[in-house]
Amino acid sequence: MSNFITEITPNRPVYVDNDPQNELTTLNLGPTHPATHGVFQNVLQMDGERIVSGVSTIGYIHRAFEKIAEHRPFYQITTLTDRMNYCSSPINNMGWHMTVEKLLGIETPKRVDYLRVIVMELSRITDHLICNGILGVDTGAFSGFLYLMEEREHVYEIFEEICGARLTTNIGRIGGFERDFNDIAFAKLNKFLEKFPPVLKEFEQLFNRNRIFIERTSGVAAVDPETALNYSWSGPILRATGVDYDVRVNEPYSSYQDFDFEIPVGTAGDVYDRFIVRNEEMWQSLRIIEQALEKLKKEPKGVFHADVPEFYLPPKEQVYNNMEALIYHFKIVMGEIDTPKTEVYHAVEGGNGELGFYLINDGGRTPYRLHFRRPSFINYQMYAPMSSGMLLSDAIINMSSLNIIAGELDA
Amino acid sequence: MAKITNQQVLDKLSAKFGDKLSAPTEPFNFLTVDMEAAIVNEALAFLKNDAELRFNYLTDITAVHYPGLEKELCVVYHLHSLYNNIRIRIKAYVPLANPAIATATNLWEGANWMERETYDYFGIQFVGHPNLVRILNVDDMTVFPMRREYQLEDPNRVDKKDFFFGR
Repeated sequence: MSNFITEITPNRPVYVDNDPQNELTTLNLGPTHPATHGVFQNVLQMDGERIVSGVSTIGYIHRAFEKIAEHRPFYQITTLTDRMNYCSSPINNMGWHMTVEKLLGIETPKRVDYLRVIVMELSRITDHLICNGILGVDTGAFSGFLYLMEEREHVYEIFEEICGARLTTNIGRIGGFERDFNDIAFAKLNKFLEKFPPVLKEFEQLFNRNRIFIERTSGVAAVDPETALNYSWSGPILRATGVDYDVRVNEPYSSYQDFDFEIPVGTAGDVYDRFIVRNEEMWQSLRIIEQALEKLKKEPKGVFHADVPEFYLPPKEQVYNNMEALIYHFKIVMGEIDTPKTEVYHAVEGGNGELGFYLINDGGRTPYRLHFRRPSFINYQMYAPMSSGMLLSDAIINMSSLNIIAGELDA
Repeated sequence: MAKITNQQVLDKLSAKFGDKLSAPTEPFNFLTVDMEAAIVNEALAFLKNDAELRFNYLTDITAVHYPGLEKELCVVYHLHSLYNNIRIRIKAYVPLANPAIATATNLWEGANWMERETYDYFGIQFVGHPNLVRILNVDDMTVFPMRREYQLEDPNRVDKKDFFFGR
């Protein structure tokens, strides 16, 4: 008794055995397959080892964030953004804070911008570490991943020092940070900047010119820039095709225009190029962090949030002892502050592409409508079409190199 | 920054489509144009293929529900010209009874899932879409959950009602 797909409805494959001459095999790759890191289902039709066609099914961890966001005040939405791309949640948090600041017209001090840049670049590093490490695992090289995981741990310790959390960070507040970076945070950061480059260098030495790795990845899932743009790709995978689109440069936010860094681009758009682009971006991130630390020295100490009492919660001891602070505290928590009735789109360069927030505000406590432009969702739609004709093992590393995060895919 | 101004983009659009556009605004320097749903596809093609404007990148498609308007559903397109580094937002209102608008999949492959998501949330019918079915929600769902009439929580719960917050 054999099961063949003769008809595929996109979300629910129908198994009908009315074509015994069909020699293709149906393979359910996922939704919980150890080789796909996350909840991804692809129903593939296989001719031996080769994929003939595939259909992606998504939505397994859909949590209706956009609906929830319509019922939450601005400051409560930060925790929703954490749970999208959880490999680089600080970028999501700050992207959201900057969207609200843009809406409210809050100007943040330069020191806040530079602190944010440090945190965002650190989380970009963790994001790329995971992606490239996992790509190594999927091509059969486990040790590189373990070296990198240790460094990710060190970054998470810095986050822990700054905000108390590690993975879903809820870092920062509208207007800045909830507290200043302490000395331990800076000490850990300096230690990381000292210890990480040799590890990354060793990782590159393990992979970059490794013949097995090159033969495994070079030319696999190559995408030309026209196709990538046609599918609205963004982030490292778009840059690997040779398009130098990076939101940090095109529309600088959080004072990225003050920094001197390069946008690495690839040429072939294959898995190898994506790997190299991510590695190179980590070097650039380190460069940015070093510059930010240098710039911080010139900024007045102790400034860690904008002076916006209407939106930034006062310190607790003032709430208890100062009437004005108590009023502001009450108004912020109860959402009694008038906000402009307008709409705003703000994009940040997330770990895997342009993360956009489209916020329509009607002046109420909550957004009228909030839409997340999620790079994973948009980048993933080419996966099934591009897998046709590919070997199954190539499709696996292709998925790793796209860096699709299930939480962001399904929102 | 941007190599052309919002005004230049708007002038070119107006010259081509004239009275079918309305209410151009620039919230936070982001050109926003309302247009009739019937010409959206033509306008998108014009913006994409015009030799000067070159809005070659489809950033996003989504929709908004405004109960009480004559045409309740608003489809929103965000385009980006990577050549000129400028963005434009296009809005088209469609009635709830017949929420039909032409698909953009003939211009961008990437529009496919964006439109499926919008259909899934709001029930917008993208005419000509190759495969307009639900994408995030289960197939058996009978409603379009992002429409405003569907409450998130138990409707009997009152502790989060706006009147408790002075509104």
